[in-house]
Amino acid sequence: MKIVISGGFGVGKTTLIGAISEIEPLVTEAAMTEKSVGVDNPGALSDKHTTTVALDFGRITLDSSLILYLFGTPGQDRFVFLWDDLVEGALGAVILVDTGRIEDCYPVLDYFERRDTPFIVAVNYFPGQERFELDEVREALGVDEAVPVVACDARDRESVKEVLVAVIEQVLLARLTAPPQVSATH
Amino acid sequence: MSDQPRMPDPRMIQVNQAPSWFSPNTPTPPAPEPVAEEPFVRPFIVTGGRTLPLDERLRIETLVVANGAALSAPLQFEPATVVRMCQQPRSVAEIGAALRVPLGVARVVVGDLLAAGHVTVHQTTDLSVATIERIRDLVRAL
Repeated sequence: MKIVISGGFGVGKTTLIGAISEIEPLVTEAAMTEKSVGVDNPGALSDKHTTTVALDFGRITLDSSLILYLFGTPGQDRFVFLWDDLVEGALGAVILVDTGRIEDCYPVLDYFERRDTPFIVAVNYFPGQERFELDEVREALGVDEAVPVVACDARDRESVKEVLVAVIEQVLLARLTAPPQVSATH
Repeated sequence: MSDQPRMPDPRMIQVNQAPSWFSPNTPTPPAPEPVAEEPFVRPFIVTGGRTLPLDERLRIETLVVANGAALSAPLQFEPATVVRMCQQPRSVAEIGAALRVPLGVARVVVGDLLAAGHVTVHQTTDLSVATIERIRDLVRAL
């Protein structure tokens, strides 16, 4: 079971994961798949390191049978090819927004608006930063009224917990309003 | 495909240039810097070059649990490590991180162990509303 934490570069995804994970956030590497050819073609002469991308993740053991993983997705839109693999089967997603660089989250927002995965927008307030009203942020992002926009402090465990509860509520809401079709059996 | 012209291979003899090995002034190439880092091993060496797992269902969050009996199976380093760490349920992502290999490699290793019956995997498919409510309550109670 997983929840995806997405957003622009440097917005605090790893901090958020670290605030609630029972393990130090781990990093794993995902290699580029054939799907990415043409999207992010490194070319014959490019540095090979561009073909892998690091993913941060954390773990929360809820009980003996339920383990929740939080995966931080690389925010840059050149990594879009990876998101399909990451988001496939996710319970829901959190799009983390920095009001100082609000445009950074547009590719992520576009991506999730095209998918069925329930998501919420969480505004990470950095200390000393001007605080915008959440409605202003919603307007600036142009997100639908049905998508919750919440404030959070990615460093604070309680705050992150509230964000996760909010996204799970959104999953429940989506489930109750539009029961999913029976998925392909595995 | 790239539109850019193909760059010449540095090993090729440059156009309009005499083959350098006849030149007495050929500078000897500098000796390669001693490599201090740990030796680089191409990731898919571990899998014998295979990139597709035997089981396509394995996702990054799929939980892997090893059978206790597999601990005494004669396994190579990577699968043996997986069997040890998966005495508790661990995700494919954690296995990748622990082995320090890309996810694709972790999936092949786990796929092999699965095919050999050394591990079982737990994939959460469609969760019931009751389960999601329980997840919410457990998160709230953290």
